[in-house]
Amino acid sequence: MSAYEAILFTIITASTPLLLAAIGELVVERSGVLNLGIEGMMVMGAVCGFAAAHVSGSAWLGVLAAVFAGVAMSLLFGVLTQTLITNQVATGLAITLLGLGLSGLIGSDFVGLPGVKLANVSIPWLSDLPYVGRLVFGQDPLVYISIALTAGVGYVLRRTRIGLIIRAVGQNHNSAHALGYKVVAVRYACIAFGGATSGLAGAYLSLVYTPLWIENMTAGRGWIALALVVFSTWLPGRLAAGAYLFGGVWILGLYAQGMGVGIPSQLLSSLPYVATILALVVISTNRRLSVINTPASLGQGFVPDR
Amino acid sequence: MKKLLTVVAGIALASALSMSAVAAEKLKVGFIYIGPPGDHGWTYQHDQGRKAIDAKFGGQVETVFVENVPEGPDAERTITRLARQGAGLIFTTSFGYMDPTLKVAAKFPDVKFEHATGYKRTDNVSTYSSRFYEGRYVIGQIAAKMSKSGVAGYIGSFPIPEVVRGINAFLLGAQTVNPDFKLKVVWVNSWFDPGREADAAKVLISQGADIITQHTDSTAAVQVAEEQGVHAFGQASDMSAFAPNALLTSIIDNWADYYIARTQAVLDGTWVSTDTFGGMDSNMVNMGPFVNMPADVKAVAQATAAAIKSGELHPFAGPVYKQDGSLAAAAGEVVDLGTLLGMDWYVKGVDDQL
Repeated sequence: MSAYEAILFTIITASTPLLLAAIGELVVERSGVLNLGIEGMMVMGAVCGFAAAHVSGSAWLGVLAAVFAGVAMSLLFGVLTQTLITNQVATGLAITLLGLGLSGLIGSDFVGLPGVKLANVSIPWLSDLPYVGRLVFGQDPLVYISIALTAGVGYVLRRTRIGLIIRAVGQNHNSAHALGYKVVAVRYACIAFGGATSGLAGAYLSLVYTPLWIENMTAGRGWIALALVVFSTWLPGRLAAGAYLFGGVWILGLYAQGMGVGIPSQLLSSLPYVATILALVVISTNRRLSVINTPASLGQGFVPDR
Repeated sequence: MKKLLTVVAGIALASALSMSAVAAEKLKVGFIYIGPPGDHGWTYQHDQGRKAIDAKFGGQVETVFVENVPEGPDAERTITRLARQGAGLIFTTSFGYMDPTLKVAAKFPDVKFEHATGYKRTDNVSTYSSRFYEGRYVIGQIAAKMSKSGVAGYIGSFPIPEVVRGINAFLLGAQTVNPDFKLKVVWVNSWFDPGREADAAKVLISQGADIITQHTDSTAAVQVAEEQGVHAFGQASDMSAFAPNALLTSIIDNWADYYIARTQAVLDGTWVSTDTFGGMDSNMVNMGPFVNMPADVKAVAQATAAAIKSGELHPFAGPVYKQDGSLAAAAGEVVDLGTLLGMDWYVKGVDDQL
């Protein structure tokens, strides 16, 4: 593997969990719900994915378990915020704390055990093409799933009736309700989708990125995903660009260090954040665009007035 | 008869009182951890030390710990809480807890504090650390013997003296075998982030390093080495389970003896503020089994470890040259302890700048 292939491979691995977690949250926020529990759902996905894969020996069963764990956590969030109308910010934070604690408990028997790695895709002939073969046709399956999900979400939100309903619910839940849409049901579905992709992101960490289980292994990636959603002004294409920008700047910073460029490492470590802030500033100069895309009902609970 | 009953009741009452007095005097020992006890690295070994206290003192001592405490304001709050809850002895087990520990210690003069890897002491704050660099010197030698490319990759957490000392000792060890040995350093600016540690390992390997070593707390880098077919070393704990083919040996911390001794001192009332810097000679630093290497390399490594243990060999024995070419210790001298503790320069040959 040549050096540039290695760099691109590492960038994709670093970016994919961010993209997976963020694309779900984008849909959740488009439906007007702010779920700050990504980190908790992710870490539950990571531990359940690792545990299921370790017990069964099948990485795919691990992925499935991770998705289920993410959905279960998100539905807990759903019941609290949609049915019981609790404060979404506080509930989301509680989900994160619960996830971090519960995952430590579940995972205590799995610390220090060898993991099962999800195998990379290998397509005969295509994967062996020079230069692009392994990059395009030899990634792990979750990379393709993350790209397909991003494209799918973009298409559904923009081009389909379902997407229109989700956006309507997020923009003005009273109007959507008056038109006869089931606001709470739509939001439940979106929250569950967000839980599923966060679970996938967790599985990516414990089955692909570093096939092991350690407490707290998400190390704050859920929060970066959350920031990326705002960064993208709720547009899937920009979200993907943001995730790869963040991963790219981070990995190139490590490369620069390894080459002995002589830039202080603290500065290089902060570069991804600086780059994200700069991009946010540039984007927000276009006021019209960011206002149009911000879901107007974001974070507000919906109680139908009868 | 009545008198006898009174006496019996009196004895019973007195013994009940003394029982409760014993219960109240039970020493509570608190620990603050930077990561989870299940990291299989740094925190894991401190937790082994805590368990050793439990095993040794049984009912006399109660241990409590708080895990995943970030360095900073949170640490001060957590240490204060432990002190308020009646802990008589508190171990704060990361460098960044230094100032929070001192602040809290000033407010609780009766509580004894033990801060790991720091350098600030007061009447009720001791510091303790371990000469990890002795182990680093040994693995540096092994690295230079085993490397084909002549380049090793070192994953650093934060550029603080403790870590810089390890990097220097590693390279000094390597240079005894191959004077042109190259060392690439990547800082991840975190003690514990498995993903970043893995990224750093991949980056270093793609830049030609065929030996990976790290001063961070998870096993991620070791696993990447296993996957990519290069060699690696375990840090703080024996990490061979994670890389059965790649791991050459591990530097294993042992805090149990120190923790037991300090707890005993508090129980005896003989505790005084001290500074401990233990190495292989006091079993604070141990080497794991030497595996995946030819017998001659193993023999060299064992001989070096034995020489350090006996005090015959000092990793920072001169001549030691700084990166800029100036002399830090002439032949026949040893870099002095103060310089070691505040080390903020690289030795000649490190491919990085501080």
